[in-house]
Amino acid sequence: MSDPLFPDGTCTQQHAVKNRYQTEIFNMAETHSLQDMRQQAAVAAKVFVQRDYTSGTMCQFQTKFPSELETKIDKQQFEETIRTLNNLYAEAEKLGSQSFIEGCLACLTAYTVFLCMETHYEKVLKKIAKYIQEQNDKIYAPRGLLLTDPIERGLRVIEITIYEDRSFTR
Amino acid sequence: MKPGGGCSSSTGAQPPLCPGRRSRNPRRKWQVFPGRNRFYCDGRIMMARQAGVFYLTLVLILLTCGLFFAFDCPYLASHLSPAIPAVGAALFVFVMGMLLRASFSDPGVLPRATPDEAADLERQIANTTKSHSTGCSKPPPRTREVLINGQTVKLKYCFTCKIFRPPRASHCSLCDNCVERFDHHCPWVGNCVGRRNYRFFYLFILSLSFLTIFIFAFVVTHVVHRSKRTGFLTTLKDSPVVVCFFSVWSIVGLSGFHTYLISSNQTTNEDIKGTWSKKEGKDNYNPYSYGSVLTNCCSALCGPLPPRSAAQFNSIYLYSCDQDQCIQSTKFVLQAAATPLLHSDPVVLAPLPAKTATLGGPCAYLAPAQPSLPSCTGDVLTPRDAAAVDSRCSHHLHLHHLHHPHRFASPEETPCSTPQGALPCPAHMHLQHPPPPLPPPPAPYDPITQDALHEDSVRGLVKLSSV
Repeated sequence: MSDPLFPDGTCTQQHAVKNRYQTEIFNMAETHSLQDMRQQAAVAAKVFVQRDYTSGTMCQFQTKFPSELETKIDKQQFEETIRTLNNLYAEAEKLGSQSFIEGCLACLTAYTVFLCMETHYEKVLKKIAKYIQEQNDKIYAPRGLLLTDPIERGLRVIEITIYEDRSFTR
Repeated sequence: MKPGGGCSSSTGAQPPLCPGRRSRNPRRKWQVFPGRNRFYCDGRIMMARQAGVFYLTLVLILLTCGLFFAFDCPYLASHLSPAIPAVGAALFVFVMGMLLRASFSDPGVLPRATPDEAADLERQIANTTKSHSTGCSKPPPRTREVLINGQTVKLKYCFTCKIFRPPRASHCSLCDNCVERFDHHCPWVGNCVGRRNYRFFYLFILSLSFLTIFIFAFVVTHVVHRSKRTGFLTTLKDSPVVVCFFSVWSIVGLSGFHTYLISSNQTTNEDIKGTWSKKEGKDNYNPYSYGSVLTNCCSALCGPLPPRSAAQFNSIYLYSCDQDQCIQSTKFVLQAAATPLLHSDPVVLAPLPAKTATLGGPCAYLAPAQPSLPSCTGDVLTPRDAAAVDSRCSHHLHLHHLHHPHRFASPEETPCSTPQGALPCPAHMHLQHPPPPLPPPPAPYDPITQDALHEDSVRGLVKLSSV
C-alpha cells in the first residue's frame, strides 16, 4: 500500500509517522472542539437582551429571562450571568474616589497620562471580556449558545446566538 | 468592497487582505463606517465632515496668541515679570490640547444595529403594533417608555441607525450618527460634543476664557504701562493692540452657560428643548441629576471615561475572514481525522492561497462549507511555502512543525492552527499587530447581508467572542 501522503518512506516509518500524525490531528481536533461545534452548527436564532434604563443611563441589562432560551439553559444560570455583568459594568462606571483621583490626575496632565496607563473603565472591560469568554466556554457553548460581548454592540444589547443542535461525529 | 485575493470562488464582499503585507492596506472598520465622519491617522482621529470652521478656530487662537507672545510678552517679561509669558504659554498649551482632544475624539457614537438586531426590533415593533392596532392606516410612532428614577422618559426609534436610542442620546444630522449623551454639534470644534468629549470641550472653553481674559488684561496693562512712558499714540505705533474684547464676552458667556449645565447635569439639547423645565409639568424633574452640584460636576468632569463603544475604529475589519481560515483548516482537520489519511490527490490546503500574488496567509475569505476545499489555487502547500506564508503574512502564527521530511504540509502548518488551545487567530493577530489602545477588537460591523457572508461573519463573531 502506497500512501500518497508519504510516498518516500518505508512501510514502518510510514505507519509510525502516520500514527503520530493522526494523534496530533486528534489532539488538535479536541482543542478545536468549541469551534468545531460552531462551524458544524448553523445559527438557529438570536436573542437580544436589552438595556435596563430604570436606574438612569448606567449600563445595566435586563435580567428578564427570554422565552427562546427556556429549553436551552437554566433560568438561574442566565440571571446569574446577567447580574454579574451588571455588577461589573456598575463597577466600571462607579463614581468613587478612585475615578475622581484618576480624573483629576488626567486633567492636570492634560490627559497625557492615558498614553501610559489604562483607564479604570478599560481595565474593567477587559475583566468583562474574560468573564464572558469563561461563561461561554463553561456554560453556554456546551448548550449550543453564545454570548457576544456587549461592547461590540455599543453596550446596547447582549446578543445571544442559538445554534442548531446538530451532532457530529469524529 | 470587492472580494480580493486570488480566490475567484470567494463570495464575500469584503476584501481579504493579509495584515502582514503592506502592499495594500487592510480595510479597517473606519473605512467602512456608515456615518458622515472623516478619519485620519488610521482611524484614531475622528471629525465631522465640515471642518472649515475648526481651522478658523485654530487660526484665530494661534494668531491672537502669536501676536501676544511676539509683541507684548517681551515688554511684559522685562518690565513686569517673566512669569507672565510662562503662565500664558502654559494656558496656551492647555487650550490647544483640549481643543485637539475635543475635536479629534469620538464623541460617543453608537454603532448602528446589525441586520439581525434590526430585524428582531422590527419583529417586536410589528408585534406590539398588531396587538394595539384598530385598523388605522398610519403606523404609530415608534417609542418606548421607560421609568428612570421615577420619571417617564420616551425612547425614540432612530430610522437611520435602526435602534431605540438610549436616554439622552440623539441623532446628529450633520454627522449622521446617534451620539450618546448628545450635547450639540459644535462647528468651532468640528465635531459633535457628546459623552466622551464633553469634558474636553468644557475644559477647552473654560481655559480659553481664562486665556482670553489673561491676554486682554495684559495687553491693556502693556498699553497703559508703555503710554506712561512714551505716550499713547507712540505705543499704538510700536505694537499692534490685540483686541479680543468681544470674544472675551462670548466665550466667558458660553463657559458660564456650560457650567450651569454641568451643575444641573443637563445637556444643551435638553436645555434648549426644555425637557426638564417646570413649564412641562409640575412633577417634571431631571432624573439624571445626582442632587448636589458637586456630585454633578464631579461626574461630568472626573467620571470614568468610557472607551469607544462603536467598536474600535482602527481595528482590522477582516477578523471574520481569519475566523473562516481557522474554521476551514479545522474542518479539514476533522475531515482528515474522521476518514483514513488516504486521499487520491495530495492534500490540498485551500485556505492558503500562498501562490497568489495578492495575499498570503490567513486572510483569504472563502466560500463556506467546502470540506475538501478545492482551493482557488489548487496547490499543495509545502513546508517551504508555509514558512514563506508565515513570514509574509503573520509572524505571530503558531506553527506546530512536525519536522516532516516529506513534501506534505500537515494541517498543523496551516497558519491558523493553534494546537495550544482555544485562542483563535485573531487573538494572535491583535496581539502582534500594532495594538489599538483599546479593548480587544470585536466582530466587524457588517452591513452586507449576503447569506453566506452573513453566516461566516456570524462564525467570525463566534470566534471573536471567544477571545
